Amino acid sequence: MRGLEYRGILRADGPIVIAENRENVGFSELVRVRDRSGQYRLGRVVDLSQQAVAIQLFSENTGISIEDAWVEYLEKPLTFRVGEGIVGRIFNGLGEPIDGYPPIMSSDLRDINGRPINPSARVYPRDFIQTGISAIDGMNTLIRGQKLPIFSGNGLPHNRLAAQIVRQAKVLRGESQFAIVFAGMGIKYDVARFFIDSFEKSGVLARVVMFLSLADSPSIERLVTPRTALTAAEYLAYEKNMHVLVVMTDMTNYCEALREVSAARNEVPSRKGYPGYLYSDLASLYERAGKIEGCEGSITQLPILSMPNDDISHPIPDLTGYITEGQIVLERELAQRGIYPPIAGLPSLSRLMKDGIGEGMTREDHRDLAAQLFLAYAYVKTVRDLAAIIGEEELSDRDKVFLNFGDRFEREFLAQGEFENRSIEQTLDLGWKMLSILPESELVRIPPRFIEKYLPHEAAAASTAGATAPAPSAPAPKEL
Amino acid sequence: MSTGSITRISGPVVYAQGLADAGLYDVVKVGAAGLIGEIIKLKGDQATIQIYEDNTLMRVGEPVECLHRPLSVALGPGLIGSIYDGIQRPLPVLKGVSGPFLAPGLAGEPLDSRKEWHFVPSISVGDPIAPGVVFGTIRETKSIEHRLIFDASVQASTAAYVAPEGDYTISATLVGASDGRTYGAVSYWPVRTPRRFKEKLVTREPLVTGLRVIDVLFPIAKGGSAAVPGGFGTGKTMTQHAIAKWCDADIIVYIGCGERGNEMTEVLTEFPTLIDPRTGRSLMERTILIANTSNMPVAAREVSIYTGITIAEYYRDMGYHVAVMADSTSRWAEALRELSGRLEEMPAEEGFPAYLPTRLAEFYERGGMVTTLEGKRGSVTIIGAVSPPGGDFSEPVTQHTKRFIRCFWALDRDLANARHYPAISWNDSYSEYTEDLVASWDAIDPAWVTLRTKAMEILKKERRLADIVRLIGPDALPDEQRLILLTADMIKDGFLQQNSFDRIDMYCAPPKQTLLLTCILTFHELAEQAIQNGSPLLTISALPIREKIVRLKSSLENERVQEGQAVIQEIRAAFAQLGTAAQGVISA
Ligand SMILES: Nc1ncnc2c1ncn2[C@@H]1O[C@H](COP(=O)(O)OP(=O)(O)OP(=O)(O)O)[C@@H](O)[C@H]1O
Ligand SMILES: [Mg+2]
Repeated sequence: MRGLEYRGILRADGPIVIAENRENVGFSELVRVRDRSGQYRLGRVVDLSQQAVAIQLFSENTGISIEDAWVEYLEKPLTFRVGEGIVGRIFNGLGEPIDGYPPIMSSDLRDINGRPINPSARVYPRDFIQTGISAIDGMNTLIRGQKLPIFSGNGLPHNRLAAQIVRQAKVLRGESQFAIVFAGMGIKYDVARFFIDSFEKSGVLARVVMFLSLADSPSIERLVTPRTALTAAEYLAYEKNMHVLVVMTDMTNYCEALREVSAARNEVPSRKGYPGYLYSDLASLYERAGKIEGCEGSITQLPILSMPNDDISHPIPDLTGYITEGQIVLERELAQRGIYPPIAGLPSLSRLMKDGIGEGMTREDHRDLAAQLFLAYAYVKTVRDLAAIIGEEELSDRDKVFLNFGDRFEREFLAQGEFENRSIEQTLDLGWKMLSILPESELVRIPPRFIEKYLPHEAAAASTAGATAPAPSAPAPKEL
Repeated sequence: MSTGSITRISGPVVYAQGLADAGLYDVVKVGAAGLIGEIIKLKGDQATIQIYEDNTLMRVGEPVECLHRPLSVALGPGLIGSIYDGIQRPLPVLKGVSGPFLAPGLAGEPLDSRKEWHFVPSISVGDPIAPGVVFGTIRETKSIEHRLIFDASVQASTAAYVAPEGDYTISATLVGASDGRTYGAVSYWPVRTPRRFKEKLVTREPLVTGLRVIDVLFPIAKGGSAAVPGGFGTGKTMTQHAIAKWCDADIIVYIGCGERGNEMTEVLTEFPTLIDPRTGRSLMERTILIANTSNMPVAAREVSIYTGITIAEYYRDMGYHVAVMADSTSRWAEALRELSGRLEEMPAEEGFPAYLPTRLAEFYERGGMVTTLEGKRGSVTIIGAVSPPGGDFSEPVTQHTKRFIRCFWALDRDLANARHYPAISWNDSYSEYTEDLVASWDAIDPAWVTLRTKAMEILKKERRLADIVRLIGPDALPDEQRLILLTADMIKDGFLQQNSFDRIDMYCAPPKQTLLLTCILTFHELAEQAIQNGSPLLTISALPIREKIVRLKSSLENERVQEGQAVIQEIRAAFAQLGTAAQGVISA
């Protein structure tokens, strides 16, 4: 009961506290535990019998003693207070303001776990978002309402890329309100600072809601952070009709926290010690992206995760890829060659691209052009492998052309400036320019009518002059 | 009705006492909110219950009411075109109740009880009532006649009353038996019990999917079972969507089991706009969807595939060919694992319960071609996606599934990365139905067997040559061998690769399938001769007809397949010209 504290617990084991069941406690109910120094911690009921209650704390248990702990049951799940005032504010992972401004004035409390969207109430996402980045717009198009993670590795420029996407993202048609929700989990202060600065510079800071659970906050708090953030996003999208872009970083830290709790509960682990429900748990976050009927707004998710050891088959990227609608994979090898953004050509994928591009959305030739670029670039990889063995000189003439195509594709199409904002037409034209390096007979994935219409003349192709001059575009007002 | 009370709550698993007269697998209403659950273990009056809904704030001591019936699905007209959650709650109805988000404790009738259906009786007063007897028909959609059949649970009796032809709701009595029982258009069947039939048949009829790599290289039979394993993004869902759209089954049951919400929305928005080439009707008029997405309660995910397969068996029993898509069986297995973990059972491999293989076997065993109780032929084909962690096929779900299926369509990461779709590997896939289907395919096109064997042979040779090329480059090979590489590329690009978004190529009818392969293999044969006659490979590969063949799949509609003969003439003409040219060179 609210206001009634019970003294003493039975056991404390990592983030799990066992207490006697002394009142009619509810499953998943929010619990407040006070230690001898008077400090409060929040937790959640995770198991419950007639005799005992298992509470999972959202912060460290240091300082909790068996005798001198006070437990209060709050009769509700963990909630977040929503209201228009949340925009422009900074909260901790639990949803408490940490920016020094007064608390949110609202009586509207939302269960941070949200509720699953009824599949028959979803609207299939189709609106193309132009990010101004060729590797994304041209090859792995981002769609409003999509969940598209960035698979990265330590030291790769995922933060710069995410910031560039936030800065440049816009839809081609229609005006509407937008907001950015940022959830930082276990990241360092300077990463958080980088994002704040970058939001400020592009003039969107006033439209950002931040949830920060930095590296020095208790790791368990990370389990709550994305849920609080997504609760804010759902409020803005589905009640305030805004287009919300949610950046969540670093999902790997979130998963580590989940593993920690699972181990503390002695659960049977599946791969690499992660709990068997990691998939369902991640899905309960990622599936909160989308669009619903009768509502203008949308939630687009851009989760960032670092792949341990750059291993894409590690359970974290693996299970993420099984849930999200594609992935943007950063490649160390490209980064080492100085290519920004180092977006891997082949393993990256946008699954919603298929319905958001083409005539009336981007351009009629988009789909076939992308398919051909993928096919050609895949062959480049084969040729490079061969060249590594027999030497470049020994390659057939055809293969040499592909090698040249591969290099230019990476240097001119994939690579671009951090402040370079290419229109979709520029991106597609550049793609055609790359294809013109190849003999026309190689373009089997493109119908002849597009080849006729879009393939530049030999002369243009031969010139190696810079494609689209890197024109740093002025940070114009953006929407998502 | 017995009522017990909750003693412990551990996620979706709840323990209760005071349920001495309950039965195993009985449905229970749990807690003040009346959430639906199922008894999965009984010991004395202690029951272990899995709950199909979110049980936040449920308390120890709350009541548990046993309904004394097993978890069942409602079967009757109106199933077609519906979308249900894992325990057959109609999602559009729930939307009407709670808006766009699902709330626990919601209820909705699976079949519309107000809608009237036109019933035509097929028995008269005095006729016997027994399992397998058809007592009437209802036209459910323009193409599906819903046959009302007494199921295996019916008590033998005679008809004392038969409703005259007319419009009735599903709750109306259509037949009254002399023993006092009444029967209407709706019946119930426990989801975990396979529906009965007379006998299982060997299946010799292909399920034509319209996907060339499947129909020609790794065909599946009606009543067969197939697994589609593949890492994330390799094309399991797209393959299943394509089959659900174009295969020649009468009815499709699509089970989205622990996958994405948007994929179900995609089916819901796309299928109604597509026309079934066989009936000329919208594809939604043969489709039933079960959607228990990854973020919906995990216990309901476990049961969703049984809900789906029971509905499939119901239509099979009317003599229809039903195809079930289960996407993904791995997520179902994970639901088993999660529940098993909560039950603190001893785990076997990778945390999965030891009974995983048994459950998989039971599921796939519910497929098959049968003689129904009525004496008709009907079938359930099961196509299950498998999502192996890390794309590694040696994990338990893939391995055990392999024991119970006969078609294995292995998706290949490299093919998918190169956007060669469907990314079904011609090296790792197999079909054990090929032999059984020869006769049926012979009837479609007698050349099928030879074409298929030749294509497989070329692909096999290419694999060996590719290993050499990887070491020394293709230039070291003689022209005959380089021709193999060339033809293999044509088979891959012009035949195996099939884009689901290509308006013309997304569905390829069997005559076009064999035509495309005939063109490629004719080219190959003539090229072999030409090389023997001294034409260099370079001139052969430069023939414009080669590009035309590769593009034929997206330029020739299914209906215009006869025009393909002209292409074969063109191929012959091109080589004839090459021959004279070569001759000219020699004689000069
Ligand atoms: N036959 C096809 N034609 C065209 N594109 C395809 C085809 N198959 C797959 N794709 C492409 O690959 C993407 C991923 O396919 P799909 O969603 O079927 O993968 P999946 O194996 O089901 O992945 P997951 O396990 O994550 O659900 C699609 O969004 C589409 O872009
Ligand atoms: Mg899928």
